[in-house]
Amino acid sequence: MQQLSYFELVGFGPNGWGWALLTAAGMTIAVAICGFLAGSVVGTLVAWGKIGGNLVIRSLADGYTTVLRGIPDLLVIYLFYFGGSAALGAIGSLFGADGFVGVPAFATGAMAIGIVSGAYQAEVFRGAYQVVSRGEIEAARSVGMHRWLMFRRIIAPQVLRYAIPGLGNTWQLVLKESALISVTGLVELLRQSHIAAGSTRRPFDFYLTAAILYLLITWVSTYLFQRAETHSMRGMRRAS
Amino acid sequence: MDFAFMRDTFLTLIGGVPLTLNLAFMAVGLGAVLAMLLALMRMSGLKVLDWPAQAYVFVFRGTPLLVQIFLIYYGLGQFRPALQEWGLWTFFREPYWCAVFALTLNTAAYASEIIRGGLQSVPYNQVEAARACGMSGFLLFRRVIFPIAVRQALPAYGSEIILMVKATSLASIITMMEVTGLAAKLISQSFRAVEVFVVAGLIYLVLNFIITRIIMAIEWWLSPHLRRPPAIEPRLEAAHV
Repeated sequence: MQQLSYFELVGFGPNGWGWALLTAAGMTIAVAICGFLAGSVVGTLVAWGKIGGNLVIRSLADGYTTVLRGIPDLLVIYLFYFGGSAALGAIGSLFGADGFVGVPAFATGAMAIGIVSGAYQAEVFRGAYQVVSRGEIEAARSVGMHRWLMFRRIIAPQVLRYAIPGLGNTWQLVLKESALISVTGLVELLRQSHIAAGSTRRPFDFYLTAAILYLLITWVSTYLFQRAETHSMRGMRRAS
Repeated sequence: MDFAFMRDTFLTLIGGVPLTLNLAFMAVGLGAVLAMLLALMRMSGLKVLDWPAQAYVFVFRGTPLLVQIFLIYYGLGQFRPALQEWGLWTFFREPYWCAVFALTLNTAAYASEIIRGGLQSVPYNQVEAARACGMSGFLLFRRVIFPIAVRQALPAYGSEIILMVKATSLASIITMMEVTGLAAKLISQSFRAVEVFVVAGLIYLVLNFIITRIIMAIEWWLSPHLRRPPAIEPRLEAAHV
């Protein structure tokens, strides 16, 4: 058999894996975005608990961030993957179904990423909240804003502005974490490269391509976060 | 919760701790040397040295560790004849060395930025003072710049070590039976994900807690100038009346 060249292998021709890899890269981005958004919701709630909760809620929130940042992400993914199917199986057996119930890999992955990145995002949001000047919140209260209105109009926009650099870092973490979802069988970029490497016996070429695509995604998202940061800071005065 | 099962799980998983720590410390130790080199390359002011270091850091921080591990463990197999010729195949054939190699390359990229930050934070007047005393070159680096930089970089380096302990879990994917590897095996045998997860998570938390404490102790030991002076008890002197 004649050896295919690298560009034939990863190109879009009849023997090329180009489309498969690009679709898989899209899957990586999709699962990372879903996980990141889930993490934002979790992170906001946990940060709220840390700032405004009573002693019990505060220590629960502190415990959550400490634990989730102290154990490997892979372990969390295993918990969701195996634990999720065990839980679904238990629920299924209540209704008379027995046997192994698989959890959709996409949902498992997004949830696991959300739970882990929520711990990081909570710290980012808490840090950003502390930068928002007390005077703004007092002013909002003095004009009679209620909590929700104050959150929506005063706190959320400013916290987001200060949180953008930290969120950018978390996004990079999430993106790299999404590669771990491949252990659950979700066909994202790394999994697809693994499949292609297995069927063509050219592992180096495919993993190299995967690395290049990851690098490209990282690079573009760094640029976008930088744009967002300068955009959100356009009205700020700088001391320099 | 089945406590007898959890005790058995604990006894199994604790067997993976030596390998986890071994991987983490090999990677951190070797990575520190490489990171130091990279940081010096970046600070050399020579473009020939600066650019490769910058590219290295960009590539290794921008791609997932798992991709790097696969690239080294599976990917290099494609060049087996060439590696065998150079006598490197015995090295890259072992999952242990591949894991150590990938973790080292990965941590070096992150650590070089931490070390660079530490080196740049050394106040210039300290360097000037040292020069005024006649120190230069390696002596200046060894006596003044390096100790101050280490003190500055230590907290960030501590979290990098914790990250490395967590990252060793990825070695389980290339068949290394460390804590996560054993945990995954147990879960797929017993299907009791929650119990195994709790035990494995606790082991990692305890490991990381101990490492954090050690780093804090080293920090305390390295910064005697920031400590409060010990309370001096007024001594009873013979009164000269």
